[in-house]
Amino acid sequence: MDHYQERVALQGHIIDSLVLAKVLDLILMMGGTFDLEDVHIGKTREEPSHARIVIKTASKTLLDDILKAIQPHGASVEREANCRTQPAPADGILPEEFYATTHLPTRIRLQGRWVEVDGIEMDLAVRVDEQHSTAHTIPMGEVREGNQIVVGREGVRVTPLQRPSERDVFGFMESQVSAERPHGPVIADIASRMHHLREQHRLGRSGSNILLAGGPAIIHAGGREALTWLIEQGFIHILFCGNALAAHDMEADLYGTSLGYGLRAGRTVPHGHEHHLRTINRIRAIGSIKAAVTSGVITHGIMAACVRQGVPMVLAGTIRDDGPLPGVITDSVQAQSAMRALIPGVRLALLVASTLHAVATGNLLPATVPTVCVDVNPSVPTKLADRGSFQTVGLVMDAASFLAELARALGRST
Amino acid sequence: MSRLLVCPPDFFGIEYEINPWMRLSNRVDHDRAVHQWHELMRVLEQDIGVALERISPLPGLPDLVFTANAGVVVGRTAVVSRFRYPERRREEVHFARWFREHGYDVMSIEEGLYFEGAGDLLGFPDYWFGGYRQRSDIRVFPILSERFHREIIPLELVDSRFYHLDTCLCPLSGGDLLYFPEAFDSYGQTAIAERVSSGFRLAVPEDEALKFACNAVSVGKHVVLPIGCPATQSWLRDRGYETHTVHLDEFMKSGGSAKCLTLALD
Repeated sequence: MDHYQERVALQGHIIDSLVLAKVLDLILMMGGTFDLEDVHIGKTREEPSHARIVIKTASKTLLDDILKAIQPHGASVEREANCRTQPAPADGILPEEFYATTHLPTRIRLQGRWVEVDGIEMDLAVRVDEQHSTAHTIPMGEVREGNQIVVGREGVRVTPLQRPSERDVFGFMESQVSAERPHGPVIADIASRMHHLREQHRLGRSGSNILLAGGPAIIHAGGREALTWLIEQGFIHILFCGNALAAHDMEADLYGTSLGYGLRAGRTVPHGHEHHLRTINRIRAIGSIKAAVTSGVITHGIMAACVRQGVPMVLAGTIRDDGPLPGVITDSVQAQSAMRALIPGVRLALLVASTLHAVATGNLLPATVPTVCVDVNPSVPTKLADRGSFQTVGLVMDAASFLAELARALGRST
Repeated sequence: MSRLLVCPPDFFGIEYEINPWMRLSNRVDHDRAVHQWHELMRVLEQDIGVALERISPLPGLPDLVFTANAGVVVGRTAVVSRFRYPERRREEVHFARWFREHGYDVMSIEEGLYFEGAGDLLGFPDYWFGGYRQRSDIRVFPILSERFHREIIPLELVDSRFYHLDTCLCPLSGGDLLYFPEAFDSYGQTAIAERVSSGFRLAVPEDEALKFACNAVSVGKHVVLPIGCPATQSWLRDRGYETHTVHLDEFMKSGGSAKCLTLALD
């Protein structure tokens, strides 16, 4: 992707003299690319023409070299304004006109220089450091009085996503959600990405994490074994879930039930509805999920696999939670920032069978992260796309079937 | 009657080096230079019937003799040059004063842009060519084009020996053109070829281009050019022009010839 760009203007009799052609050729020959933003061709011989060209390059040096080479031919850099900042009036309060981010790559102009905004995420503000040399997104609640916050839209550039070079399901970026779409090829593409990312991850490459955010339907529907296998095989590197997924996963280990249903028998067992409460109570008594696994109380399942594989988990609580389990973050803002802290380095996100966690995670992800949303209810991936996560590939299918098919595609024998 | 601005070569000489022709060691034979200049004036005045306006020469301004670089005159407006080299910048005030004293509206180019007058801007009645990169800045042309409602086709000069457009391109009355293609890049050559069809233009051979065959003064059907350019001369005659040749080798030591020594006033 071309990260550096500058807009130049060219005017005069640039068509018949071939000056425009020469400038465009120079850009290409030197290794840059361009977008012709606006070309006006004079209607008469006397009337001048003008063109606005956005030059894009992969390096700052190349951009400077190209600008230097085309300036003698009349191309002048359109001086853009620096972005404006204002101090936050109080802790947790943004200046009135704060710039609200999108989840697309964004740069701001500081002291004549284009600076990449770090930690890109939608619906945040942008904080500039005191030296005016770096910029980072910041949630409203974390703002401290006096923080320099970008205001207005001047000097802010959002780069639309370029079509990825990979020609798989993520290459289309069309947010199509359809129950009629065949799942096989989509799952095969996801598996192939996961395979590649696991290799990268094993080599210790940064930016190769696979995130799974899931709901308890994974356990209820019978996807527990497949997901456990995926974690054990090193295909999942971060887990976001709530109290329920963890509780029912461990309930299954201790009682063989999920919300009281016998997972093998497929029917309720006497007093089964108490199982998850007893599970939560047992883990609370032990003190942590990790201790429950290391002490051998919990021997198998998603939680056990995560603890053994060292997969970081964020358990975000909700208003209807029982217990909750130790480690569940009940303060939503704190849970959000714990999740946010794990987002850098995520290269693929699987959002499975949870409206709440899918939307919450979708909000945190930059548009550059390929995302899959799996739900039996088509409204979930649709909702995610409607809320702006247009990079999401929606799969309308049952969580257990998805995880089983995915695991099979990645080599699990059933 | 055509009027040309000229400057007697009283103080002409080589006092600095700002183009590949100039060599401080290559001394000008002053008497010979004066004689050649007067011969050119005689041809212009007597053989062709041009009216000459003389600007007074000044000591310390050896290149004032090259009046083509004073600026460009369109109707009653004179656009005074802004020279790229400080050595010639002191000529600007002198030329500006002359234009003002002779009733012209003087227009100057904004600070930071260079423009060397009729040396880099010449053309046909309905459109002009503008030479850039060596001395003049391409950004000047849209300004002049807007001011004078004239199309100006910029041409990049790529050979430092042909540092002004009037050293390698000469539009003639009747739409003919002398030019030395290699002084332009392929874009410029294509632009010229698309404007002037092949029968109307002569690609001057290199040996004659280096004698500044293109630095010719064109007045109606008369063309004054330096001596020693037979191919150019013969093509001009075939095209119906009356040619006049003059010895100007003393001025060639400074990188100028017939055209450089004159400025068309109207």
